[in-house]
Amino acid sequence: MTTRARRRKLVSSLFVGFCGASVLLALVPLAFILFFVVTQGVQSLSVDFFTHMPAPVGEAGGGMANAIVGSLILVGLGALFAVPIGILSGIYMSEYAGTRFASIVRFAADTLNGVPSIVVGVFVYGVAVLPFKQFSALAGGLALGIMMIPIIARTTEELLLLVPGTMREGALALGATHARAVFTVVVPAALPGIITGLVLAVARIAGETAPLLFTSLNNRFFTTNLTQPMSSLTVQVYTYASSPYQDWHRQAWAGALVLVFIVLACSLVARVATRKLVTLSSH
Amino acid sequence: MKRPENLAFRLGTGLFGLVLVLLVAAIGLELVRQSWLSIEKFGLSFWRTQVWDPVAGQFGALPFIWGTLYSSILALAIAAPIALGIAVFISELTPSRVKPVLVFLTELLAAIPSIVYGLWGIFVLVPAVRSLESAFPDALKALPFFSGPPFGLGMLSAALILAVMVVPFTSSVAREVLKAVPLAQREGAYALGATRFEAITAALYYARTGIIGAILLGFGRALGETMAVTMVIGNSPKLSLSLFAPQHTMAAVLANEFSEADTPLYLNALIEIGLVLFVITLIVNSLSRLLIWSMARPARQQAAATSVPAAESAI
Repeated sequence: MTTRARRRKLVSSLFVGFCGASVLLALVPLAFILFFVVTQGVQSLSVDFFTHMPAPVGEAGGGMANAIVGSLILVGLGALFAVPIGILSGIYMSEYAGTRFASIVRFAADTLNGVPSIVVGVFVYGVAVLPFKQFSALAGGLALGIMMIPIIARTTEELLLLVPGTMREGALALGATHARAVFTVVVPAALPGIITGLVLAVARIAGETAPLLFTSLNNRFFTTNLTQPMSSLTVQVYTYASSPYQDWHRQAWAGALVLVFIVLACSLVARVATRKLVTLSSH
Repeated sequence: MKRPENLAFRLGTGLFGLVLVLLVAAIGLELVRQSWLSIEKFGLSFWRTQVWDPVAGQFGALPFIWGTLYSSILALAIAAPIALGIAVFISELTPSRVKPVLVFLTELLAAIPSIVYGLWGIFVLVPAVRSLESAFPDALKALPFFSGPPFGLGMLSAALILAVMVVPFTSSVAREVLKAVPLAQREGAYALGATRFEAITAALYYARTGIIGAILLGFGRALGETMAVTMVIGNSPKLSLSLFAPQHTMAAVLANEFSEADTPLYLNALIEIGLVLFVITLIVNSLSRLLIWSMARPARQQAAATSVPAAESAI
């Protein structure tokens, strides 16, 4: 072998080695983070964590019952707001894919997706907190909803485009109106995928802190009143993490473990569901 | 054949599409409206004033703009090569059975909430960075990049955590972009006797606009990242080149000071920082989409033409 050929081979192997090393390099922090969250979190996780209210400073124990319920309510509100807008605008983008307005909507969705979450918080503060002079769960839900819309819209669009055109044409040929064809034939065919997209959107939004900091704020007490400030897991973890108390740090790790568990569970469910979907459509 | 019901369907769904467009416009307008006091008072000097002193009513955004750009550029300098390496490894070098596993694992990095990164940052990364900084050789500390006491909290920790968070975004888009490179191109290269390195760099070169788009997309993510950064960067509005120095970012100052803003001018100045952040991310993201689209569109259009006839033609 000439030296030139040898050098080319060497460069190539180094390159392949670098690529493999990059994968490892990315997986190391992942393993580190999961390791710490699990080991630190498990120590402080107990039944109390889910059923008790936060303990006052200096008292050990306590839980995040109010924050867990708060998070569920806030994400629920967000979904309530985002699902209809997201799905219907997704339908528009896929059904009228070639039109100029569809491109504008798509651009708006991608833009919205790229708006930093803290900026969404500032916006909602301006439209839903300032005018009422009141932090509220509704404002928090609105902020989360705004972040969910583009995710739902884009996944709906992409999944509807996967439905074979012949199905839509068949319905239309039978005399169905466009709306009927879409809602009774096209959407049901793509429904498992759309729901997967929803689950992923929920997973992403459940972990958001920044848009809640000055919309739903935080609340030391249990509340289901939507016009009052409401606690959430993420904001509570932030408050505890930035406090100087050991007990609160432990609570923060437990909260982080619960958050990571929710996110991982959602991702896994979505992954299994998509795999089923892919095998279905390949038949 | 036009049917009124079909027009109603089009208008009805189009109305929801309009909501998205209006939302984007409303965010921009509202940010301008809510920061008007500050815009009027400081004008363009807001962008280049270094002093941020709420007590004295002095507001300049430069330290935050600097901190945001510096931390994001550092993060991308670390993350971009790694993300491209991952994209190449998964799309070109991995057997198809292992592929989904690697994709899932790298995408988990994107799924972990920012607050969890921050928590890990405070209690694990920052102490580690602090001991690294203490152990730094004195000769290097003379450089402006490594000057100052080793706090741990500071630019280095922020850049590292941002790099980890940005990798999955850039690598997943880079993978998509590599998919758009025609297979024949690689086969041709191999047939001519190219090594893997030569064939893959040719593919990367072919996909260069999309690759730049992927890197910009990661950059856009880094610019707006809030919680993890504010928890490790030290939150000090001082311009510095030093990686060891506590600094601040636009997103971090919003998270920190928004609920403390006690005068209208203070609040307006903070919201104007939000506006600046909005405008910068808008530009970066649009540019990145444009580059990615220009790369991925030819392939997608071909696929669309064969598998999904446009709904329009059916009506």
